[in-house]
Amino acid sequence: MAHPVVGEAEVLSNELEGVYHRLVLVAPEAAARVRAGHFATLALGGPSELLLRRAFSIHRADAAAGTVELVVAEHGAGTKELAKAGPGDRLSLIAPLGTPFPVPEGPVSALLVAWGYGSAPLFALAEEIRRRGGQVGFILGASTAERLYGVELAQELTQDVLVVTEDGSAGLPGLVTEPPSLPGDGQEGPSRPSVLAQAMDAIDATVVYACGPMGMLAAVTAIAVERGARCHTAVEEAMACGVGVCMTCVLPVVGEDGVSRFVRSCTDGPVFDGARVRWADIGTVPPDLEGAGAMGVSA
Amino acid sequence: MEPQDVDLSVPFGPLTLPNPLTTASGCAGYGRELAKFVPLDALGSVTTKTIMPYPRSGLATPRMAETPSGMLNGIGLQGAGVAAFVQQELPWLAERGARVLVSIAGSRLEEFVEVAEQLNGQPGVIGLEVNISCPNVADRGLVFACNPATSYDVVRATREVTDSALPVYAKLSPDVTSITEIAAACVEAGADGLSMINTTLGLVIDLDTGRPVLAGGTGGLSGPAVRPIAVRCVHQVHAAMAAGRIPPVPILGMGGIRTGRDALEFAMAGASGVAVGTTLFHDPAAPLRILDELRGELAARGFAKYTDAVGYAHRPVTA
Repeated sequence: MAHPVVGEAEVLSNELEGVYHRLVLVAPEAAARVRAGHFATLALGGPSELLLRRAFSIHRADAAAGTVELVVAEHGAGTKELAKAGPGDRLSLIAPLGTPFPVPEGPVSALLVAWGYGSAPLFALAEEIRRRGGQVGFILGASTAERLYGVELAQELTQDVLVVTEDGSAGLPGLVTEPPSLPGDGQEGPSRPSVLAQAMDAIDATVVYACGPMGMLAAVTAIAVERGARCHTAVEEAMACGVGVCMTCVLPVVGEDGVSRFVRSCTDGPVFDGARVRWADIGTVPPDLEGAGAMGVSA
Repeated sequence: MEPQDVDLSVPFGPLTLPNPLTTASGCAGYGRELAKFVPLDALGSVTTKTIMPYPRSGLATPRMAETPSGMLNGIGLQGAGVAAFVQQELPWLAERGARVLVSIAGSRLEEFVEVAEQLNGQPGVIGLEVNISCPNVADRGLVFACNPATSYDVVRATREVTDSALPVYAKLSPDVTSITEIAAACVEAGADGLSMINTTLGLVIDLDTGRPVLAGGTGGLSGPAVRPIAVRCVHQVHAAMAAGRIPPVPILGMGGIRTGRDALEFAMAGASGVAVGTTLFHDPAAPLRILDELRGELAARGFAKYTDAVGYAHRPVTA
């Protein structure tokens, strides 16, 4: 993990994109250390009664310009406040945090899958994969068209971009991990491969990168693994500190020694090998985890 | 009086610490994570996450809910166990010059003893904090600090097996009818100091699910929201010591300390040391800022030494 930088970052711009705010922050020290998949946290102002930092995956970092970009969705009181930040405002930033996406050395064919603004870190990742001679495809999904993020960015990087919305307001109607439901098509959905499986086949993907809600990550992992692909997932888990001290963001992960442990999303993740995450056991204490709760994914 | 001339050093057992500030247990991991933000040897001491005899997975998620000026947590003492702590964490902490106050717990009295025995003679350890007050355990009957007799038994047994050079502090819960009664039992049992306060039990309901947010239902409330409760506890116990009802021992004060001003408030209430907890989640680099602010607050009021401010709120009215 890169050594995180704590500091005040000046807001350079805050632009609305769909329902999201793209914040560009001046943070030269942090920018130089960011790799795709890292995240950042922002604190609310000093007198705020909201003490906990808000975590955002880093959209992109420009070491030359000294900037870090975050995509903020207005969820609750804290993110609503942060979304009001304007040019010249200063925000308390800690970055980079967490583990970046592993990128294979050689050329690979990778499918990048996201739900909503989970796509934020995937464009920098796609650029990195292409720099190494690989090719990428995207599936960008969201509940509605306005909740998609970065469709044009993806289209600038590759022709292989599929858009899926739950309400059908853009692209294919339905979910990423289900068969496409085509209008006037009498066929039973489940007999056909999912949108994800079809997209993987179309570009011969051997690796899948996914960001989004836990349910989607679980389903994406199952489909990717079934087709023999690696699946790197970036989880979204509630965290209080983001730096590994509070132990609130844990999830059950199988270590390389075969032993499952509660590991922290913030320092051991947020990127995990999807095949090692026990998705169905998140939010429970499975019997074999009793007494297995070390701090890290040691071994 | 200039801030840089203020003497922050405090006695701790046979030692003199460079300043009164430590981390509150459970808010700084085992220290390794915090070291990315603060040089650990710049703190008076580092208090670890609670160490138990065996690895423990803790409670299911969600483990946290944000509350006004605070948060509710239900971690359930997830940890690696004493053997892994001694092998993997302590040598690393000692190499960095950290002075380590080890928080310990057990589900039975014998387990406290087992952990304490394994910490004798280990590098970097300057004392033990006996966590008899964690609210996030399966059986609330296990909160030893809710009963003077069980508090006495655990503290006495731990004190007996611990190296005499290591002070043993008892960490108390505010969720009791009389904190002075529990404090008296702990001191009588041989506690060299008292840590106040642990979190206070709370509950948050998610209106959409109509259920408690935390998987464990209840959780421990911390942060500035509990500060007045903590200051009251410290003040009350210090007053009982001043009145001769409890033999005097140092108090380590904690609960919502966010600034140097807050640290001084605890000192005036009677805290010989102060711990920063939930604020570390907000700002892991806070300890150095708080120490700077504390120097400024002391200097502005003419205190040449931190120790001069300890118990200042208890001075006679005529003075």
